[in-house]
Amino acid sequence: MAEYPNRRDVVRALLEDRGELLVIAGLGASAWDITAIGDTPRNLPLWGGMGGAAMMGLGLALAQPSAKVLVITGDGEMLMALGAMATIAVQKPQNLSIVVLDNEHYSETGNQETATRHGVDLAAMARGAGLAGARTLTTLEQVPALRAEIHAGTGTVFAVTKIAPGNLPLVLPPRDGAILQARFREALLGPAAHHQL
Amino acid sequence: MDRQKLEMRPDAAAEWPDAIYEALKANGITQVALVPDAGHSRLIKRCLADNEMTVVTLTTEEEGVALLCGAWLGGVKGVLLMQSSGVGNCVNMLSLSHIHRTPLPMIVTMRGDFAEFNPAQIPMGQATPAVLEAMGTIVHRADRPEDVAATVDATLRLAFNTFRPAATLLGQRLIGAKTFGKD
Repeated sequence: MAEYPNRRDVVRALLEDRGELLVIAGLGASAWDITAIGDTPRNLPLWGGMGGAAMMGLGLALAQPSAKVLVITGDGEMLMALGAMATIAVQKPQNLSIVVLDNEHYSETGNQETATRHGVDLAAMARGAGLAGARTLTTLEQVPALRAEIHAGTGTVFAVTKIAPGNLPLVLPPRDGAILQARFREALLGPAAHHQL
Repeated sequence: MDRQKLEMRPDAAAEWPDAIYEALKANGITQVALVPDAGHSRLIKRCLADNEMTVVTLTTEEEGVALLCGAWLGGVKGVLLMQSSGVGNCVNMLSLSHIHRTPLPMIVTMRGDFAEFNPAQIPMGQATPAVLEAMGTIVHRADRPEDVAATVDATLRLAFNTFRPAATLLGQRLIGAKTFGKD
């Protein structure tokens, strides 16, 4: 079997010509990935709150129905939020996409195996929750079609992308969450964001 | 049987749940995250009937913390409704409110509190204020109907004006009387 793609190649393809796309990344490698492709105010890389990335995407997608929201996170982070699949599937906002970068390991903590290494199928679980189109990608060539779907706004999109294990060089976003949130809100809502009551 | 209150639910004539709803409206709350509790049932009905409110029923309360952080990213104000047992499920996720400085109001119906029947409710119920405060939440408490509106309003104002988690605990003495299965 051919090796799974490099995670940053996948994220680069997902974020190509991203336009106004709003991106939330789960803590750890996913956050470093979106930063490596290009740090921008429309990125919200998480430094904590493991298991919260998809739900944060839901809150944002419901708040801004005309914006496109992409959550990029890892298999370990998503495994901590299996219930969120049900919560999100019930709301099913059209403008929300969730892409799980699945290397079947907890790469930040010493490459311990996750449950997906042992056959747990996140896409099947998402389908079971009611996200009908959920699927697993295994090659880089499949990513552009997923990217197009993310921009089409006919979601909720849920996709697992298998990626090669191993750690890449750290590319860290700003570490102050208050700055990350404030710059994101300003990019989306304008300077008035800082005066919201 | 009257001494064995499995679920606490406000008397149907109690008006304080409506006062909470009015406070939510007055403060511009449009996203309501919740894990249902009998004590919140009337308020939940009011929110569900309101076309300006998006009600998100969660599988666990920590989802609500992340949801409201996302809502605020998008300029929308939300509230998390839960029972005191759910506070325990939120602990680490409350970090997000701190590190991002996200307004995070919570309205918590107490169990394991005044005249509790169920031993299993005691540990988390008794720990609820300490757990919230350990995570930097400003905690207010209302035990009398006449205190509810002002307490909830203060919690919402603190959260949104000063960018932090804040909670109103609705005491079991307030939530009161009826027994599970009788209505």
